[in-house]
Amino acid sequence: MAPVSRIPVPVDILRFNTCGSVDDGKSTLIGRLLYDSKSLMEDQLEALERSADITGGGQINLANLTDGLRAEREQGITIDVAYRYFATPRRKFIIADTPGHVQYTRNMVTGASTANLSVVLVDARHGVIEQSRRHTAIASLLRIPHLVVAVNKMDLVGWSEARFLEIRAQFEEFLPRLAIKDVKFIPLSALTGDNVVTASPHTPWYSGPTLLGHLESVHIASDWNLDGFRLPVQWVNRPNSPTDAALHDFRGFSGQIAGGIVRTGQKVLALPAGMMSTVKQLWTYDGPVAEAFCPQSVTVVLADDIDLSRGSMLIGLDHPPGAATDLQARLCWMHPRPLQAGKKYLLKHTTHTVQCLVTDIVSKLDVASLEGREAPSGLAMNDLGEVRLKTARPLVFDGYETNRLTGSFILIEPGTNATVAAGMLLPPRETVKPESADYVI
Amino acid sequence: MTSYHLDHLQLLETEAIHIMREVAGEFERPALLFSGGKDSICLLRLAEKAFRPAELPLPLLNVDTGHHFPELNEFRDRRARQLGARLIVRTVEEAIARGLAQPAAGEISRNRLQIPTLLAAIEEFRFDCCIGGARRDEEKARAKERFFSFRDSFGQWDPKNQRPEIWNLYNGRLNPGENMRVFPLSNWTEMDVWEYIRRERLEVPSIYFSHQRRCVRRGGQWLPANELVPPKPNEEVRDLIVRVRTIGDIISTGCVESPAATVDDIIAEIAAARVTERGSRADDRASEAAMEDRKKAGYF
Repeated sequence: MAPVSRIPVPVDILRFNTCGSVDDGKSTLIGRLLYDSKSLMEDQLEALERSADITGGGQINLANLTDGLRAEREQGITIDVAYRYFATPRRKFIIADTPGHVQYTRNMVTGASTANLSVVLVDARHGVIEQSRRHTAIASLLRIPHLVVAVNKMDLVGWSEARFLEIRAQFEEFLPRLAIKDVKFIPLSALTGDNVVTASPHTPWYSGPTLLGHLESVHIASDWNLDGFRLPVQWVNRPNSPTDAALHDFRGFSGQIAGGIVRTGQKVLALPAGMMSTVKQLWTYDGPVAEAFCPQSVTVVLADDIDLSRGSMLIGLDHPPGAATDLQARLCWMHPRPLQAGKKYLLKHTTHTVQCLVTDIVSKLDVASLEGREAPSGLAMNDLGEVRLKTARPLVFDGYETNRLTGSFILIEPGTNATVAAGMLLPPRETVKPESADYVI
Repeated sequence: MTSYHLDHLQLLETEAIHIMREVAGEFERPALLFSGGKDSICLLRLAEKAFRPAELPLPLLNVDTGHHFPELNEFRDRRARQLGARLIVRTVEEAIARGLAQPAAGEISRNRLQIPTLLAAIEEFRFDCCIGGARRDEEKARAKERFFSFRDSFGQWDPKNQRPEIWNLYNGRLNPGENMRVFPLSNWTEMDVWEYIRRERLEVPSIYFSHQRRCVRRGGQWLPANELVPPKPNEEVRDLIVRVRTIGDIISTGCVESPAATVDDIIAEIAAARVTERGSRADDRASEAAMEDRKKAGYF
């Protein structure tokens, strides 16, 4: 028997992204978190010191840790989303470092789409600027459940409590209009490390946690949607030449549960086919299970012989989704070639890729307030807008605000295959009615 | 009361299974790169979890540089047999003989020559997608790479022009001749890999564990003494108790002095480590942008 290890294993994963404008000190903050939590290794420090001799006049620049590509080091900017990993005994962390320069909307949407939490950096000298409002609004649009406002460079304003409270009040003016429920304000200095990992002696007026302390303890267990079972079918599992006779007729529907809980014996509805069946078995490599929940990956065996393929969805009978070809959504446009109404794109939603037509651009959203402005003729890169779409086949979907996995899609340009937009569906006007006789086979 | 909670390894596992199944769903002719190293051992287990009880819907592919540790190749072949998987091996030797790869004068390392060998194998079998075990925590250029990493018809990676990757919606669409590299372990760290090996009780090649080996001091590291680059008279040669932390070619893989004899020992060692995994790979130390340059040319 192997000895039981005494090394603590992290209990879960917190994904967060950092955003701020160019000189707010994002990369320095990440460098500081890694450095002070002892997540940096000697060869990384050596590499830092080597590059400091070349570019930094001998001073170690913590930002060099995340600015990985040669072009970035030469131009002193962050080109793309960079991912960083560290762990404490309490949690494993995945950081998406999203740049704050011109491509910020596109990159931030990319980095933040899977985040549990966003850290918005504010320079204590400058207070809330247009960019801070935009970053916060995008976090709200993407329904990131938790927000941290890191008031950075407090050392440059003499650790003034009055200044901190002033910035907090500026934020609280526009927060009520947004969808973020949990907001934490932390006064810190990424450069000196105060309140990043260790509590600062300069802020006796602040009794809250350090940034790392908060990241370690913020409650994220309820961030997954456990209402309304959804299983987008990814792959049909049919053994070709099973050695085990019991598997001769095996047909399983494999996928990652995108919402809710499923149990053996439960009634499920297959959409868009509209056929009802019962869960006979929940097959996993580690043996059958009695129930499974979002975001587990499973293989569902049904009691009836229903012909389903990739792109179908199995749902539970409570909390039904919508099923429609006419859709309304918010888009973040990500490509240099602007969106034009009347143009056809491919739409990938869960495991389903369909043709779609953008029929109208209803409005362009002001990035700082998320309020709709005039109906424009197109959307350019980094624009947010509300659109109407028509798909060639029905989508089975939820509003993005209730389910991030079944309420999101991407648009792909035919021909170039470029991913041109990220879309968030508005709630369905009507939902599927599973009790209706149409669905009984 | 039931708690609907997944720990960090379960979260990483379900994410990776989802990606594996997306590959099976979106590509015509995928392959899984299997070297026998610890990361690809995890990939194989994830493939079993994604596709059993059916057969694995993709063959295993390995580029053999001819400078592999013999223990690694033995393990690779045995593991493929155990799983009933089809294993395709293409060698750098053969690529040189066929004129597909051209060593420079005096070039002993096969590192650069792996690239044309891999690209030729992709062309030969018309693979449209290769699953690899690369992780973002390994290296700075990898930290910027997507799960679905698009390569043009020359096999090149363009870091400035990557497809945005949003939520768990991966765009796998390709035009003829183009190729996708997919990395299900992107979010895993070295520690996660070993914890997963422990949880799943996976066998790993013996060279990961402490053993006695004749080593030569070269470039600040202990490298395995070998026939390809024999020790020079002024180089120090010693018999040491070592293990390897990451496996590359026998001429460039640094050995670390270690008594770690079990997976638990290795996990304890990594927890206390003060040097990153790739710090022991001479190929990455060549220049600060070494990996970035190789990836642009078609490397993994």
